[in-house]
Amino acid sequence: MFKLFKNFNKKDIMAIIMCLVLIVFQVWLDLRIPEYMSSITRLVQTEGSSMNDILLQGFYMLSCAAASLFSAAIVGYLASGISANFSMNIRSKIFNKVGNFGMQEIKSFSTSSLITRTTNDVTQVEMLISMGLQMLIKAPIMAVWAILKILNKSWQWSILTGIFVIILLVVISTIMLIVIPRFEIVQKLIDKINSVTRENLTGIRVIRAFNAEGYQSERFEEVNNNLTKTQLFNQRCFALLNPVMMFIMHGLNLGIYLIGAILIEKAMMMDKITLFSDMVVFSSYGMQVILSFLMLAMIFMMWPRAEVSAKRINEVLEAEVSIKDGKYTGKNKKEVGTVEFKNVSFKYPDADDYLLKNISFKVNKGETIAFIGSTGSGKSTLINLVPRFYDVTDGEVLVDGVNVKDYQSEALHNIIGYVPQKAFMFTGTVTSNVKYGSNGKEITLDKVKEAIEVAQATDFVSKMDGTYDAHIARGGTNVSGGQKQRLSIARAIARDPEIYIFDDSFSALDYKTDSVLRKELKKYTKNATNLIVAQRIGTIMNADKIVVLDKGECVGMGTHKELLNSCDVYKEIALSQLSKEELENA
Amino acid sequence: MPRPGGMQVAQKSKDFKGSIKRLIKNLKPWRKLLVLSLVLAMVSAILSLVSPNYISDLTDIITEGIKPNITETTFTDIMKDPSIPLEDKQELQNMLSSLEEDATQNEMLELMDELPSSIYNKIEPQMNMTRIKNIGIFLGILYLLSVIFSYVQQFAMTTISNSFAKSLRTKISKKINLLPLSYFDHNEMGDILSRITNDVDTIAQNLNQSLATLVSSLTLFLGSILMMFITNWIMAITAIISSLLGFIFMSIILNKSQKYFIRRQEELGNLNGYIEEVYSGHNVVKAYNGEKQAYEEFDVLNKKLFDCNRKSQFLSGLMQPFMSFVGNLGYVAVCVVGALLTMNNVISFGVIVAFMIYVRLFTNPLTQIAQATTSLQTIAAASERVFEFLDEKEMPTEEEQTKHLDPTKVKGSIEFKNVKFGYDKKRIIINDFSAKANPGEKIAIVGPTGAGKTTMVNLLMKFYDINSGDILIDGVSTKKLTRQNVHDLFVMVLQDTWLFEGTVRDNLKFNKKNVTDEQIWEACRVVGVDHFIKTLPGGLDAVIGENDGISQGQKQLLTIARGMIEDSPFLILDEATSNVDTRTEELVQKAMDKLTEGRTSFIIAHRLSTIKNADMILVMKDGNIIEQGNHDTLMAKKGFYADLYNSQFKKDI
Repeated sequence: MFKLFKNFNKKDIMAIIMCLVLIVFQVWLDLRIPEYMSSITRLVQTEGSSMNDILLQGFYMLSCAAASLFSAAIVGYLASGISANFSMNIRSKIFNKVGNFGMQEIKSFSTSSLITRTTNDVTQVEMLISMGLQMLIKAPIMAVWAILKILNKSWQWSILTGIFVIILLVVISTIMLIVIPRFEIVQKLIDKINSVTRENLTGIRVIRAFNAEGYQSERFEEVNNNLTKTQLFNQRCFALLNPVMMFIMHGLNLGIYLIGAILIEKAMMMDKITLFSDMVVFSSYGMQVILSFLMLAMIFMMWPRAEVSAKRINEVLEAEVSIKDGKYTGKNKKEVGTVEFKNVSFKYPDADDYLLKNISFKVNKGETIAFIGSTGSGKSTLINLVPRFYDVTDGEVLVDGVNVKDYQSEALHNIIGYVPQKAFMFTGTVTSNVKYGSNGKEITLDKVKEAIEVAQATDFVSKMDGTYDAHIARGGTNVSGGQKQRLSIARAIARDPEIYIFDDSFSALDYKTDSVLRKELKKYTKNATNLIVAQRIGTIMNADKIVVLDKGECVGMGTHKELLNSCDVYKEIALSQLSKEELENA
Repeated sequence: MPRPGGMQVAQKSKDFKGSIKRLIKNLKPWRKLLVLSLVLAMVSAILSLVSPNYISDLTDIITEGIKPNITETTFTDIMKDPSIPLEDKQELQNMLSSLEEDATQNEMLELMDELPSSIYNKIEPQMNMTRIKNIGIFLGILYLLSVIFSYVQQFAMTTISNSFAKSLRTKISKKINLLPLSYFDHNEMGDILSRITNDVDTIAQNLNQSLATLVSSLTLFLGSILMMFITNWIMAITAIISSLLGFIFMSIILNKSQKYFIRRQEELGNLNGYIEEVYSGHNVVKAYNGEKQAYEEFDVLNKKLFDCNRKSQFLSGLMQPFMSFVGNLGYVAVCVVGALLTMNNVISFGVIVAFMIYVRLFTNPLTQIAQATTSLQTIAAASERVFEFLDEKEMPTEEEQTKHLDPTKVKGSIEFKNVKFGYDKKRIIINDFSAKANPGEKIAIVGPTGAGKTTMVNLLMKFYDINSGDILIDGVSTKKLTRQNVHDLFVMVLQDTWLFEGTVRDNLKFNKKNVTDEQIWEACRVVGVDHFIKTLPGGLDAVIGENDGISQGQKQLLTIARGMIEDSPFLILDEATSNVDTRTEELVQKAMDKLTEGRTSFIIAHRLSTIKNADMILVMKDGNIIEQGNHDTLMAKKGFYADLYNSQFKKDI
């Protein structure tokens, strides 16, 4: 938590000091108010005091109240500024940091965790700061000051107040101790009820087909019962808090009056009036003490959650970025359109096993190289080394004859057209999605249209509302999987890259579209180098070179025909998809 | 307990009155508890209204004990009293004569304290300690009762709101089973999920707070006005006017800030959405050098959020200080006017003390009423969504379906007779389709993605009703069979490997009762998944859930085994194996072949071997069956099927 506070700049710290001063001032004012109250009380009770005196005291008291309101407003203004500014800066820091992350870091944090860290966790800390600036500072000052004020009045009252504060704290902490662990259980049960319902919805066909509606209902009811029971227990515990607090406040008041009555009874006549006004004052200070402790208890309830969030934020901010930019800007090229792997091995830093072992190949301008193998054979990992999403563990990856580590990442990405496994759409329009990013060149609308045409997407785009300017919803939910994939391919085409990378990017297309698209693409990208990962033999069997991967090792390299004769793994894959005669026909 | 942030944005409901009315109607089973809770809320509010009067009495009694008895009569009494020694009387007279005209009260009291005890005792003020004791005990009991009542009331309310929430969840869950499949094809899952959790939760939580609060606040509000007027009308008007002044001002601020809160929610949503988008598309952003563009857009959103964040926080932070200012204002007004009245002997000091408490009792409920109405609006909006779901049209009842086919005796022939079907009544996609499958035959369904192959599943399983024509099983129209009966006749294995969180055994047995472990193992052996299950920790008792490390292929095998155990005469099978490595794929295909043995099978085919061996191929495109026949006849036709078949193996890549 305190590490995060280092992000406050000078201006913030000035503002915090201002807050502190103002809060001290405010507490002083707040504590003056009961004094005016008591002098008003005294004036009212003493015979012969003039109305003007009362009005004057009333005026003082209201001025104090107004000044306190005013300073509270300024503190509120400053505090909201500080906390909103703080959260804006931290959010922006995290966002930038994540922007610099390689896939390695993204993977180790997981995307969803990074999202909550940037949003939810920041909000948690922000809330603590904005509440804390007002309450955390104010409560102890208020408590101590109020205690000091009443300490020398009468020890009987002080002890009574002390007892009530202790009762309050014991009740709050007992309830918290019992309830907080159960909150986690409730959270889990809510997740569970969600997951059972999700099951019921995703499996609705299966459930109905098996006539298992009743069976699933029973499962649902079980969780429903548990959830209700736990919730009931929690809320019944919590329900105690309010009545107990009311009792403490009223009880303290009554107690002070009763003790006061006894004290006054016993006192000398001269002291009686003083004691009486002390009593009135004490009852209001006593209330302040109780309220201060209540505020403190609330802060302590918030603190642990915020602390956890702060820790999670720091983990992101302090994470080491593994991929560091090189200097090469892509000028004075030795070669154009080549990709070469030299004895490349790869494993995740914290893993024991290599995902890729000693891979070497070279592909030249205009050639197509394909990678095939079963799941987990390392195809995707291999292809992700080219745009340097990961760094190799051993060996070198050369693009245009230069090691990818020496490139400025922008320069490297400028010459690559990467189409990911999972087609990704940004909120926006068809056009904004296709011309996404930058590669130093302006992408014209004509270019966009051309790319869409090549990617076989003109058909459906022209049917969309607004055609090229048609809206794409968040996550691309208003286009189908196959359409997303085509737009994602169009995005790569629009960049006119030297090197295309297709990471299993044709999987959502039906055979026919797949084959037409590849034919058009081939025509259009005659001079470009293609790297293709695929599951279907049909997609890759005409490549210039096919690399067969098995458990991270290259078990065969060559053309379709060569591999059919020489490589068992390839033959096995091919046979599972095509019949013998079809293979021979091809 | 005050909630951090202190404010809630009300959600808009379409028909506030109607929803609340319906909600209350739905609360009927808890009517008694509800009445109890509301009555108790009222009683404890009345109790807290009564107490200021007693505090006021208490103060008056104490005040009486402050002022010394120095009236003319006490003086003559003392002088006449023979029991008091003469020198003492002398001293009193000396003291009085030594008093200067302008002596302060304090100076006088100081001198009195020095009087001899015989006289001191006479003029010492007397406090009625027994009455004080009685009031003390009475108030103590009153407070205790108030605590008990309000706890019992909240206890009852939590019980009501949670049981109500539970019943709503049950209703929604049951409703899911009664809705036609078309509902789920047209509505998003997230939407239903959010109704079952968020909306129900919102109702429960707000119900818990709002109803009782509203009743007790209204009681307090009206009661304190009444009590104030009974006690003293001038003071009452003073208190009300001074607090209302503050409140009018506050509601102006509140109204202004509401829009910042709504905007803040929106901006937060926008920013979170954007962050989610950029993070999940991280590789695309990187590969396309989109970082700069992303930062810029993020910055704009972040600044926007900052702006309304700051304003809304500031305004909501203002509430509390403002409330206490209003309290103080009321206090001073009451004191000043009270003092004026006391001095004119219209009221006693105790009345002022009582009013100090009344002012507080009067101002608190105002905020609470405002909060409770916000809560009620939120309830109305949430319950509208829940009721809307509960009101969805259900599947027709099946009282007329009188025939029954015993799955163990069915031979397995199926016939489509002039079937017409469309998801939308206006758009018929299957026109006059007729075909017949004999027991044990294989029917392959092929077509490009999105061609509507699941339509066939929907019709066979009676998930959807056909518009006209008939489907006959063993010569019996499925229209005369209950859905449940039809489902019993089919084994269905789909591409999505649906398993629920539970043990392997429960998943394999699923709904079927009286299945022995031996039967389960037998099915697993046939499918070839027995070895895999043995490797799991706990075997059949191993729990399937998230992150269980069970691969897609293994899951597919498990669903096949489940179908095997169900053992019905017909089979619907989706052959697609996605994300499965070659070796597992082979296993899965073998298992599928085993499953088709001896069953009349409808197969959504992806393998050429299946297609070629099928007794009939149904070729689908754009939802319609466009060709039917076996492989050879269809190839000879050179139609869509032939085209589709050839396209995979064209030489030009």
